[in-house]
Amino acid sequence: MNLSNRTVWGYRRENGRVGVRNYVAILPLDDISNAACEAVAAHIQGTIALPHAYGRLQFGEDLELHFRTMIGTGANPNVAACIVIGIEPHWTKTVVDGIAKTGKPVAGFWIEGNGDIATVAAASRKAKEFVHLATAQVRQECPLTEVWVAAKCGESDTTTGLASCPTVGSMYDKLVPLGLYGCFGETSELTGAEHLAAARAVSPEISAKFMKTWSAYQQDVIEAHKTSDLSDSQPTKGNIAGGLTTIEEKALGNLEKIGKKVKYIDVLGPAEMPQRGAGLYFMDTSSAAAECCTLQAAAGYVVHIFPTGQGNVIGNPIMPVIKVSGNPRTVRTMSEHIDLDVSGIVRREMTIDQAGDQLIEHIVSTSNGRFTCAEALGHKEFVMTKLYRSA
Amino acid sequence: MANIPQLLIHDRRDNVGVVVVENLTAGTDMLCVITEDNSEIHARSNQDVPIGHKVALKDLAVGDTVIKYGEDIGKVVAAIRKGDHVHTHNLKTKRW
Repeated sequence: MNLSNRTVWGYRRENGRVGVRNYVAILPLDDISNAACEAVAAHIQGTIALPHAYGRLQFGEDLELHFRTMIGTGANPNVAACIVIGIEPHWTKTVVDGIAKTGKPVAGFWIEGNGDIATVAAASRKAKEFVHLATAQVRQECPLTEVWVAAKCGESDTTTGLASCPTVGSMYDKLVPLGLYGCFGETSELTGAEHLAAARAVSPEISAKFMKTWSAYQQDVIEAHKTSDLSDSQPTKGNIAGGLTTIEEKALGNLEKIGKKVKYIDVLGPAEMPQRGAGLYFMDTSSAAAECCTLQAAAGYVVHIFPTGQGNVIGNPIMPVIKVSGNPRTVRTMSEHIDLDVSGIVRREMTIDQAGDQLIEHIVSTSNGRFTCAEALGHKEFVMTKLYRSA
Repeated sequence: MANIPQLLIHDRRDNVGVVVVENLTAGTDMLCVITEDNSEIHARSNQDVPIGHKVALKDLAVGDTVIKYGEDIGKVVAAIRKGDHVHTHNLKTKRW
């Protein structure tokens, strides 16, 4: 298979990036603007509201992450145009200006002094204009490697490390050397394999950056907040039901996602956009599926690969999530959630190399517009990461 | 169908393998494949073991290290016989 010539039909955005979906996003700056955003989305067809729980009284690094996630979500190439609604104009404008740097159509509205009804009316009129712009866009032929592909696994079990994660690894080993942007995260879940993860960095400098990030998580989060140990959360109850016993075992399976050969070229903060060109990136994220996917989409990733053992049903509102499972029971009992069945690997009917090729075909068809299981089932989990209590 | 394995082992150094079929019953003579090199061995399961759960490939004493992927995945906290189900009742992380 000559992958270097493979193309997909995507949307070429103003900043040159390739999107595979064409949303008009109605983005609330803060929790109290959710209702107005949902009203606009209910009124104007072809738009999607992205309600969330935060955006008030945040400060410092936590506020920076909030803005970065908001701006990155609006700037994602799967979004054709974006409406931002906030309670007041200043922070609303911060997000609008950040998204506008991509060159895409964006407009901001605020509720104070206007009320919900007038705000919804004005935002609806603008949203309708954006829907006409977006739906007039035509898909163009773009190189497959311009589709940024992130990965994260969930409801993992022992088959994840045997089949579905190595399938993702095979894909990255094939596509990253051709110029793909990849991303993996889950800082806490690399515990037990952190020495192996550190060894997969491209240089001693990046390896040290990874260990600094991982150690900070251990100190600032685990040690600061644990009440006994993490045995009730890592592994999760679902992991344990699936046969995973320890965090080390889980981490070793998790790390199979980055393949055998490829090295990561930088360590990103949460929702931080890659700056070092094509390659694989590690991002400092929670291991909770919706938080991790939301951060990766905010960094600009447009397709997500989600290996699962016991059957996590996660989706994302702006980034298609492709589920891969190698657990024969899960693909039978939860078939509507699994895009790619690689259980043939554990029966020795399929090699990991073949499974990696099939995954690449799924990336192509998903990029061309085919719905994933999560999209067809309406999974739109949009969950912001919050670093500490608000003021 | 005859050569579908019941147990997969990642690495030659591992002292546990993973059950990859449903409804495995005690006493089953398992076909075990070491995925690293596709070689085959046989082992007997001492209990009914659910899909995805681990079986010991050798006797292990309290304090021994359980090896999977050729790496340390924790310590034995209750004696394990070859063929036993290995899980939270006899294996624990060394981390926390």
